[in-house]
Amino acid sequence: MPVITFEGKEYHCEEGETVLESLTRHGVLIPSSCQSGVCQTCITKAVKGTPPVESQQGLKDTLVDQNYFLACICKPEEDMELSVADVAEQVVSSTIVEKTLLNESVIRIRLKTEQPLDYIAGQFINVMHPETDVTRSYSLASLPREDFLELHIKRVPDGRVSGYFHDDAKLGDALSFMGPAGDCFYTDRDLDQPLLLVGVGTGLAPLYGILRDALARGHRGEIHVFHASLAVQGLYYMDELYALADKNEQVHYIPCVLHGEAPRDGEQGDLQQILKKSKPDLKGWRVYVCGDPAIVNALKQTCFMSGANMTDIYSDPFVFDVTA
Amino acid sequence: MSLYEELGGEAAVNAAVDIFYRRVLSDAYVIRFFEGVDMEKQAAKQKAFLTMVFGGPNSYTGLDMREGHKHLVKQGLNDSHFEHILAHLRSTLAELGVGADKIQEVINIADSVRADVLDR
Repeated sequence: MPVITFEGKEYHCEEGETVLESLTRHGVLIPSSCQSGVCQTCITKAVKGTPPVESQQGLKDTLVDQNYFLACICKPEEDMELSVADVAEQVVSSTIVEKTLLNESVIRIRLKTEQPLDYIAGQFINVMHPETDVTRSYSLASLPREDFLELHIKRVPDGRVSGYFHDDAKLGDALSFMGPAGDCFYTDRDLDQPLLLVGVGTGLAPLYGILRDALARGHRGEIHVFHASLAVQGLYYMDELYALADKNEQVHYIPCVLHGEAPRDGEQGDLQQILKKSKPDLKGWRVYVCGDPAIVNALKQTCFMSGANMTDIYSDPFVFDVTA
Repeated sequence: MSLYEELGGEAAVNAAVDIFYRRVLSDAYVIRFFEGVDMEKQAAKQKAFLTMVFGGPNSYTGLDMREGHKHLVKQGLNDSHFEHILAHLRSTLAELGVGADKIQEVINIADSVRADVLDR
């Protein structure tokens, strides 16, 4: 009989019993609804043990890769340890090893951890302000094989955490964070699927990781990268992205600005309109949209209406606090 | 065999949700009720709704439906919008090749939640 470990306690699972049934029988209630693998309310993560494939039906492949499963249809085949939390509670210590201005309002922070962090390019971490308990989510722009974690941080008016990074952070400062987490990353199940990467402002950070991860894993399909800002001064990493596009024929870099002249290979205008015009048919595409949540929600809708499947649209999930 | 199984179960719901939601979002008459919402959360609700009207496993409570739409009723949600949604459901099922009598069965279930949705 498999043993289920949850919140430090062990529960025996009877023959033919699902994880949800076993937990309920023991008086442990987790959110659930349809009890037949449809509504995904009872989604749970196995931090130890492998969930049976049939308990992962209908889940996005980035969730499958992280051992998420549906408790209501999971009859465990081995011992499993479960977590319903999205972000690991374990606190990781790191040191600031680089601080560089990328444009007038965005800095690049690079962190070093004692042990290499186990993450997938495009995931995020929750950074803790060194003196208060304020926490903010930042996406990782680096790749796991690089020996630093890279964050892109925009200065937010009166922002406590972004203000700390811009004004006070020094090389050598200690910084703690939790994570990694998030399901916005590349998977190599289909190397020929066309990819659309759309980033607004520092939404480029996860996309820069995802793009390079896709290339490193041998992605062959077209990759179109749209990076948008109000004006050309708000863009960054232009040289790096032009270079990636020059070197890899499947990569297309389209810098977009709302005001002023369009940069080389770029577009001028409203990003939603630009996408509608230049990518009217996204049937079969995989789409990544990152940046400010209000814009991201609208862009996801645009991409869906242009034919992308709902399960093929990924975005960084966190909501920015205006005081970040 | 239940209606849900006859329609194809979970796979049928998955096939229907994209078509249904895309139809709803391209309808200028109802789009204002969906603007700015998180698409994934919305899709999960659509999926639960479709499972319910297909006669599949669900934990439908009229109260949830009532609470979930109250703010929209305040914004003017009424019978005419409800009719639009039913029409999109009908054409989604037709697109998936579901027969007319089965479509009517589904529509009847969907119509049974009208009073809850419109908070009457």
